Amino acid sequence: MIAMIDLIAHVLLLLLMPPLLLGVIVKTKAAFAGRVGAPLLQPYYDLIKLFQKGTVLSRTTTWVFLAGPTVTLFAVMVAGLLVPLSGRPAPLRFAGDFILFAYLLALGRFFTALAALDTGSSFEGMGASREVTFACLAEPALFLGLLALARLSGGLSLTALLGGQVGGAWIAAAPTMVLVVGGLFIILLVENSRIPFDDPNTHLELTMIHEVMVLDHGGPALGAVLYGAAVKLFVLSAVVARLMVPVASERPVIHWPVFVVSMLLVAVLIGVVESVMARLRLLHVPNLLLGACLLTGLGFILLLGSSS
Amino acid sequence: MGLATIFIPLLGAALAFLLRSNARRPLVLPFIGVAHLAATLYAISEPSRAGSAAWVALDPPGRVVLLLVSVLFAVCSFYAVGYLRLRSDRPNRVFCGCLLAFLGMMSFITWAGHLGLMWVAIETTTLSSAPLLYFNRTGRSLEATWKYLLVGSVGIALALLGSLFLGYSSLAGGQESSLVFEDLVRHAPGFSKPWLHAAFILLLVGYGTKMGIAPMHSWKPDAYGEAPGLVGAMLAGGMTSCAFLAIIRVFHIVAAAGEAEFASRILVAMGIFSMGVAGVFMVRQRDFKRMLAYSSVEHMGILVLGLGLGSAGAFGAILHMVNNGLVKGVMFMSAGNIHRAYESKSTGDVAGALHRLPISGGLFLAGFIAVTGSPPFAPFISEFTILNAAFSQHRYAVGGFMLVLLLVVFMGMGVTVLAVVQGTPSAKARKTAFHDRPLTIVPPIALMTAVVILGLYIPGPLQAMISEAVRYLGYTEVRP
Amino acid sequence: MSSAVDAMLVMVLLLNFFVLGSSRIRSIIYTVAGQGVLLGLLPVMVHEGIGLRQAVVSVGAIGLKAVIIPRMLMRAMTDLPIRREIQPLIGFRTSLLLGAVATAASMGLAARLPTLGSAGSQLLVPASLATILTGFIILTTRIKAITQVLGYLILENGVFIFGVLLLEAMPFLVEVGVLLDLFVAIFVMGIIINHISREFSSVSTERLSTLKE
Repeated sequence: MIAMIDLIAHVLLLLLMPPLLLGVIVKTKAAFAGRVGAPLLQPYYDLIKLFQKGTVLSRTTTWVFLAGPTVTLFAVMVAGLLVPLSGRPAPLRFAGDFILFAYLLALGRFFTALAALDTGSSFEGMGASREVTFACLAEPALFLGLLALARLSGGLSLTALLGGQVGGAWIAAAPTMVLVVGGLFIILLVENSRIPFDDPNTHLELTMIHEVMVLDHGGPALGAVLYGAAVKLFVLSAVVARLMVPVASERPVIHWPVFVVSMLLVAVLIGVVESVMARLRLLHVPNLLLGACLLTGLGFILLLGSSS
Repeated sequence: MGLATIFIPLLGAALAFLLRSNARRPLVLPFIGVAHLAATLYAISEPSRAGSAAWVALDPPGRVVLLLVSVLFAVCSFYAVGYLRLRSDRPNRVFCGCLLAFLGMMSFITWAGHLGLMWVAIETTTLSSAPLLYFNRTGRSLEATWKYLLVGSVGIALALLGSLFLGYSSLAGGQESSLVFEDLVRHAPGFSKPWLHAAFILLLVGYGTKMGIAPMHSWKPDAYGEAPGLVGAMLAGGMTSCAFLAIIRVFHIVAAAGEAEFASRILVAMGIFSMGVAGVFMVRQRDFKRMLAYSSVEHMGILVLGLGLGSAGAFGAILHMVNNGLVKGVMFMSAGNIHRAYESKSTGDVAGALHRLPISGGLFLAGFIAVTGSPPFAPFISEFTILNAAFSQHRYAVGGFMLVLLLVVFMGMGVTVLAVVQGTPSAKARKTAFHDRPLTIVPPIALMTAVVILGLYIPGPLQAMISEAVRYLGYTEVRP
Repeated sequence: MSSAVDAMLVMVLLLNFFVLGSSRIRSIIYTVAGQGVLLGLLPVMVHEGIGLRQAVVSVGAIGLKAVIIPRMLMRAMTDLPIRREIQPLIGFRTSLLLGAVATAASMGLAARLPTLGSAGSQLLVPASLATILTGFIILTTRIKAITQVLGYLILENGVFIFGVLLLEAMPFLVEVGVLLDLFVAIFVMGIIINHISREFSSVSTERLSTLKE
């Protein structure tokens, strides 16, 4: 019975909650700027509006152009099924699924980049090249962080890494956990094109990274892109939230509300970061990513040192 | 009472800082030099109190070094008066004060019976000698000072780490923690071996930097090239010997722990390497003061090589330390005179020193013959002892390398030295005001006489002191 | 107690990386000062029971490494026309990577040396070695004289971390001597930096390249 509730709650949250996070971030930034800001549910209205529109396709594009948003959305959804959102076992789980998790994110990125290149626009090609470059640097950090978690938990699935054992890991190796959370938070920002890496609200193509790749999408396709981005934010935020609020309980009444609250906290945190930081110059982005690698790498090394 | 060897120079330094007259201040130097020599002779005439775990105690190798430093300084101090009289345009307050403080700290090294105390003393020699290098206030001397200070400080930081490792090695071995040499030697067999090995390497690298063995010699050519001749003499003859003393003491501890074989291998390798590097850079060297620096690198190599070759090698090394210190005094002082007369130290400008400065040129030539180990001069005896030690242990490769490298150095150095002393001096060089004066030639002549005497026979008391130092290292039979 | 020490040592390691990746000399000075504060707290944290000696060493180290020397360097900065290290011999990213390799190597090396479980944390030895290597990287790859001094300071910080292990074995006099020597060394270096800037109207040691073979 509990398993059933968990499954339903997991899928429902994964489908419905992502745009809310965007709303919370926007609201936080507005509060910092002393504005009222858009309604919390504005991202939902945007999506509904986009899905009601017709599609205009450039004549130079091929099927790849539409496959981009679709595959991306599908990939991040599956990735979301691998993460144990509330600390209970995830709907999909097997040993080594954290590698699948990383590659699903990479697959989504790959197709977005392909779709961008498919338009033949030089701006979009530039954005794709930047996105892939940064991803190259972000991926080692993600892997090192997950490896550290794997070593701490002794398991190889995300359910083991992020499940009920997180609390114990904090007690056993607090420094490592701080480093890994710090590193993964940076990954969360870069993967979702947030400030200080990229500005989701920018209007100048030359400085865009992620946004420039989807310039030619419109209507339902753009809706799928935005929705996929929101889901990706949700999935990675969930990983960070699990590590920061390691509550483990058997009762859905407790752990699901805790999860929702912790997700909202992460969203607020992102909003705060975006409010107090300026966007980095493109040249400095790799330095920060290298910093993320160092953080998670150091966390991993600390474990090696102490156990041997 | 023997501690006067530390306090007399420090008092002299204070006095030099207080004196107002630039012309009379240098006279403090010979007074202190002679007083220091007297105190030293008194200190070494006292029976040694080996075995006492005191923080401040003169161990047998320390006695030899103290004597060498004291003699060298006493002689150089007279030269300093003559030299500073020539450079009366420059304020010499810092120079005299730091030179005396430098002497005090070198004496302190010989007295230090505690690893940490010795470290502090050695670090202080770096700091007090840095202003000496900058006496000429040129861009080049500034560069040399910066390198000397930075490289020396880093080396000394590594030596501190090595000292701490050594202390930790005793803790990890379950011994009571103490950094007094006598305690360390007594407890050495119980030390944790991995930490001991790491400590030895760090200490060798650290104090080896001060000593200037390759590949940590990078400061040496610059410092010796830019420093006034007499500072070069004190660095090459005094400070490097003190650094070698530190290495001898560390070796003593490691040998007491039963790891002499490990240490010897490293010492021999470093020695050969230093000689090789010196040989390579000495060939076609056009700056005769930098050439002396590489000669110093070579001789430091010979010292550590000898230390790694058992009791006879250690005897040779300690004797060679004395000989090298004296010869370096001759070389640097006469090179300083030639430099003054020609206002250049490149073989492109300097020729015919034998005509221009017959005595300084002659001393430079004689010093070259002595320093490359030719009979009848003293370095021949000590180098022969070390070679003999290598061959009698059937280490033919080591001995062969040493012979070949000595030959390379002889030829490389010979080309430069002969270019300096032979030929006819340029018209410009004839016109400079400098000429040999008693104060600038009697000191090197005195040292040269000592070198010749030591080459003909080693006085009984000196032989006894060196033998005692070798016995102190734990060798039962001493066979020079 | 041990986990607090662990956390402090991890902070020290992170500050190392910050120094390696930063080009602004002012922020490097602040970072090194922060490291000095952490180091100064170490003796008190590692050894339970705050004796007079721990207190004096702590206060001395903090005063010297976190206040006096950084202020001296800051003052030197105000007289100099430099703000950042522009062209290090190797790039900042490469130095960061080198730093990571050095840290990993220190961990590996420390794991192979037998340590005493009693004193403090398992991280003391590796953190000390990693900090020393970081100091080396800064010393050898930066060309501004003032940055080299900072590298030397970091090197000394690393040695100090190891010294915490031996606080009981090291006599008080020696500890004070070590701190004093460090102070004088930095002081003399400061004087020379001053002369370098006057002589060459720049503090790049790049200009110091007349003397070579």
